[in-house]
Amino acid sequence: MSEPLTKRERMKLDRVEMIERDPEERASSFAEVNLGYTAEMAKLEAMRCLECAKPKCVAGCPVGIEIDKFIRLVADGEIGAAAEVIQRDNLLPAICGRVCPQENQCEGDCVLAKKERPIAIGHLERYVADYVRSEGFEHVAASAERTGKSVAIIGSGPAGLACAGDLIQSGHEVTVYEALHEPGGVLVYGIPEFRLPKDIVKAEIAGLEELGVRFETNAIVGRTYTLDELMAGNDAVFIGVGAGLPRFLEVPGENLIGVYSANEFLTRVNLMKAYLDGNDTPVLDVQGKRVVVFGGGNTAMDAARTAQRLGAGDVRVLYRRTEAEMPARREEVRHAREEGIIFDFLVSPTELHGEDGLLTGLTVQKMELGEPDDSGRRRPQPIAGELERFDTDLAVVAIGNGPNPLLLSTCPELERTRWGTIAVDEATGRTSMPGVFAGGDIVTGGATVILAMGAGRRAATSIEDWLADAVWELETEPEPVEA
Amino acid sequence: MYRIIESNFIAPEVKQFEVEAPRVAEHWQAGQFIILRVDDDGERIPLTVAAADRDSGVITLFVQGIGKTTRLLNRKKSGDFIADVAGPLGKPSEIERYGTAVVVGGGVGTAIAYPVVAALSAAGNRVIAIVGGRSSEYVLLEPELEATGAEVVACTDDGSYGRPGFVTEALKDVISSRDVSIVFAAGPVPMMKAVADVTRPHEIKTIASLNPIMVDGTGMCGGCRVDVGGNTLFACVDGPEFDAHLVDFPLLARRNQAYHDIEQRRLEDFEAECRVEAS
Repeated sequence: MSEPLTKRERMKLDRVEMIERDPEERASSFAEVNLGYTAEMAKLEAMRCLECAKPKCVAGCPVGIEIDKFIRLVADGEIGAAAEVIQRDNLLPAICGRVCPQENQCEGDCVLAKKERPIAIGHLERYVADYVRSEGFEHVAASAERTGKSVAIIGSGPAGLACAGDLIQSGHEVTVYEALHEPGGVLVYGIPEFRLPKDIVKAEIAGLEELGVRFETNAIVGRTYTLDELMAGNDAVFIGVGAGLPRFLEVPGENLIGVYSANEFLTRVNLMKAYLDGNDTPVLDVQGKRVVVFGGGNTAMDAARTAQRLGAGDVRVLYRRTEAEMPARREEVRHAREEGIIFDFLVSPTELHGEDGLLTGLTVQKMELGEPDDSGRRRPQPIAGELERFDTDLAVVAIGNGPNPLLLSTCPELERTRWGTIAVDEATGRTSMPGVFAGGDIVTGGATVILAMGAGRRAATSIEDWLADAVWELETEPEPVEA
Repeated sequence: MYRIIESNFIAPEVKQFEVEAPRVAEHWQAGQFIILRVDDDGERIPLTVAAADRDSGVITLFVQGIGKTTRLLNRKKSGDFIADVAGPLGKPSEIERYGTAVVVGGGVGTAIAYPVVAALSAAGNRVIAIVGGRSSEYVLLEPELEATGAEVVACTDDGSYGRPGFVTEALKDVISSRDVSIVFAAGPVPMMKAVADVTRPHEIKTIASLNPIMVDGTGMCGGCRVDVGGNTLFACVDGPEFDAHLVDFPLLARRNQAYHDIEQRRLEDFEAECRVEAS
């Protein structure tokens, strides 16, 4: 294998799929599903790269990782050097390699995607990150020169961590304020252990701490601190508080015991570890029970697969459109199916039924797809008279979140969009308040980890400009609040 | 970690804690609560802050040992630490100069009512505090309430102290003899419901401080949702105080029982452990 392969030879190679835990075993285990590459597998997969002159994968990455370069280094066995290339653009590769929707980003733009065999960029990124972590490589050292400027970051989810990582590298003082008792945001309360082990999140956060980032937990900005206090004590503030209030179905019966928001269900299990003996947080018993999950995104997949692991007898995902419109990562849908999750498409709940305050069943309306809506997806519409009633013991609502009012209600001068999210200049993350930046779900509404990280990094670049020149100019005026 | 400066039992299974939490003390207003976690395996529970001293950075909590978490907390002593204290959360009570205000507190609910009494008194209201308990040892904070300038009516269910009977009986008397502008209620759900039922025919504005199960306390999980006038609201960010005439109290009471069996088992296991430790 020492002779370089020709392009023709490379194109004949099959994509190296990651080793996965057996579906039967994992349906009752919170251990990680994907087991990673061996060194040999990583090298084989990296060798398939056609080394395009103008790599489209790089353009497809929201944070612009030099994918072609790091893959070349993996093929050469230079894993440490590959990690350095990745870390120039992404300080959290072990997380992104696991949770990015690569099929819509780098891998979707890979020239081999046309043949449905794109380079497994996510797998390779994860391999490199896991390798350097297990080998105890140091994080890229922060610049020795401290600038004496300080930045407060509100929220320790993907946007805040990415922003903090860039700013600490530039020599600024960075403090991250987290409302919960543990940093990580959605990475710790939302995404389950079997998809993103919490030890990995802890290690990535510990890496940022080593570089000098300070984390303050139990700090709810808008309550424990005001935005004004943070502005007075810092040269800039970044708001990355994520999505907030979970949406409910707005159908009768939604307050029955047995109806959870996905946020609550996942927080009880992931952050509070309700599934482990010796933890005091309870979660409703689903052993042998019937569970339905409403929604078609990654959160719905996470909730369904979590219920399965807690011992549910029968788990159904109910989605009002079809599989083609599901926003979930393809791998998550496949994994869910392998684990025995059932999918019912083109159904929408109209009522939840209960007895003595407990959920016992639901009625669903059958739907069909009509004309495309604003999102370009065909709009589901009810088929008159087609209702079905069935029994269930637990329902998890995973249909998205609205913005959290806690911070916003305490600073009315911060302009918002008609959806209640923070209005920003998209290229820079600058808000209507000089010195205040925002990014992630609090700006876009529910999106992905990597998009939030991209927004955190764009804001970091813009924060650098602001710290250097103190000029507050917006390319696009933030959209004003509509009454 | 948050240090306990002082702690004392003030009634059977009711303990008063002074806890160092300067950021909370700095921003706290009457009606607000904290989320607390006793230790690293602990659940997150909401507790109303009874008082806060900005200068010393200390907050006052009253804890009734009902389940495992609150009993575990009540075993903590001065100098011990609490893993997490986050807050202040929830909207503050709406304190105005109403005229004559009645504040009704039942059992440990008196601790929730106390800061409201103090704030209303300070705002220039005539305040009547009606506080009740099963028997004399469960009537809390009477001297502290009197010190705010409020008129205190103590009641006991068994007649062992003060006025015999429920707080609602005392409330009826006050309403019939005084021109009451507003009523605040804090305590067990049936008591708050009963207070709302007493004031409703008189059309007296009545506010109840609700106590649903919470996890994050910041609006993220929706576990604390309550029905107020047919709308689903989150007690943690929309409350915890709501118009008592519009609250669906039976729903609240039912939802608060969601984990009853699990909690009962945890408590039994915990008490068994305590017995082993003690022997």
